[in-house]
Amino acid sequence: MAQYLLSVWHDEEYEVDFSGEEMQRIVAQVGAFNEKVEAAGAWVFGGGLHPASSATVLEPRGDDISMTDGPYAESKEQMGGFWVIEAPDLDAALEWARQGAAACEGPVEVRPFQGE
Amino acid sequence: MSDLLETIFRREAGRCTATLIRILGDVQLAEDAVAEAFAIAAEKWPAAGVPPNPGGWLTTTARNRAIDWLRRESTRTERHIAAHELTQTMDPNEHPELRELDAYVDVVPDDQLRLMFLCCHPALSPDAQVALTLRLLGGLSTPEIASAFVVPESTMAQRIVRAKRKLRDNRAPYRIPRAAELPDRLIPVLAAIYLIFTEGHTASFAEELVRTDLSDEAIRLGRVLVELMPDEPEPAGLLALMLLTEARRPARVAADGSMIRLSDQDRSLWDRDEIAAGHELVRACLRRNRPGQFQIQAAIAAVHAAAPVADETDWAQIVALYDQLLAVRPDAVVAINRAVAVGELRGAGEGLLALDIIDESQVSGYQPFYAVRADLLARAGRLSEAVAAYDRAIGLTDNAPERRFLIERRDLIASREGA
Repeated sequence: MAQYLLSVWHDEEYEVDFSGEEMQRIVAQVGAFNEKVEAAGAWVFGGGLHPASSATVLEPRGDDISMTDGPYAESKEQMGGFWVIEAPDLDAALEWARQGAAACEGPVEVRPFQGE
Repeated sequence: MSDLLETIFRREAGRCTATLIRILGDVQLAEDAVAEAFAIAAEKWPAAGVPPNPGGWLTTTARNRAIDWLRRESTRTERHIAAHELTQTMDPNEHPELRELDAYVDVVPDDQLRLMFLCCHPALSPDAQVALTLRLLGGLSTPEIASAFVVPESTMAQRIVRAKRKLRDNRAPYRIPRAAELPDRLIPVLAAIYLIFTEGHTASFAEELVRTDLSDEAIRLGRVLVELMPDEPEPAGLLALMLLTEARRPARVAADGSMIRLSDQDRSLWDRDEIAAGHELVRACLRRNRPGQFQIQAAIAAVHAAAPVADETDWAQIVALYDQLLAVRPDAVVAINRAVAVGELRGAGEGLLALDIIDESQVSGYQPFYAVRADLLARAGRLSEAVAAYDRAIGLTDNAPERRFLIERRDLIASREGA
């Protein structure tokens, strides 16, 4: 078994409006997906994140650690949430990611964790 | 002897590597072991002669080499376990026959199929799929692949190394996709083989219009795929398409290296055996009645091949097939070829109308669009527009023979316009 990071990406401007019809639908879909992952024994961890503007970056500068208002990556696309799943191989991880992308209606990136 | 070795290497490398990956569970280790086995063969065979089953000899030698390496490096736990597992199943003390090189490692035909699906894993880019297929299944060296695709050797080496690492780090499985996944997973395999073929057929930058090696290798891979997946019609369609296209090769390039259009080719130069083989495959596909894009393209090539002279081409049949193809593959390339066929069947004006369905912004860098448009415009008598379209096409091609052909056409039309 190996672990994979399934991260969900969206535009940095993305505002989460939980009262909206679209968000209600996505929340329900993601909830059902989470249950499926857990029932299959593939669940390790997962959750949604507050917007990237809520991030703070700590970075070594000489002997000091500086602190700046984040996010770190100056990118239009930011990570909005992620799952860590356990899967026997890439194809199984990709199948979970396919279902995850459908559930959250957005792109999902799959990345393997390094082994011990 | 070195020619013979080269031939055996080309024939056996893919099979040998495919089996070693299954046994060793590691692509790089398998590749290294196979390379070593071929080095040993090159040293021994000239004096001792080629063994009766060279593929088995090479596979067994490669496996034994890998076991040696794993044992020597067994300070690393993981490798130690791997060596242990290997020798547990194949300990020469328990299996004295393994000491004899006549007792070969089982070569499972499916191994090559596994390797095709691994090389063309959809998680890899098409460039990487093609490079890996040629490297692992074709046994081509990295410099050979780099020169075939006219990219710097370091670029190609990095592409191959990255692809292998991605497959390893991600634990890409070494298996044949299940029936439910098969249609999706087969598409990149077919596409990679066809890309190898077309690159061999029309090199984008090369002076030589046709690079035989890549076309031959693609046809060889196509044959292997048909043999391993006899129930799938699309691999047969792909092989038929390649054979029917390849059959025209002797008629495609003039003595001075310039390109000859299908309509102007001396059809007596076409390879009749390849055409017969292609037709046979197309007929078998039709009987199955599960059409796909490669089968339809093969059927189109078959209609062309069936015409003894260009004027007797059954354009109605070809337009009907392009309509069918456009339904399964609605893209600009198909639409352009369909417009050519419509132009032949119903006249240049209708051909231009068929071209109008294409969004020009999507093909602004695509030479064939302008070449086809130029030809249709010229035939419709719109000469100055035709010259402009030829200029556009000429600016978009790096292939020298193709360029010469287009310049010749443009100059001809321009002189007619002036007259």
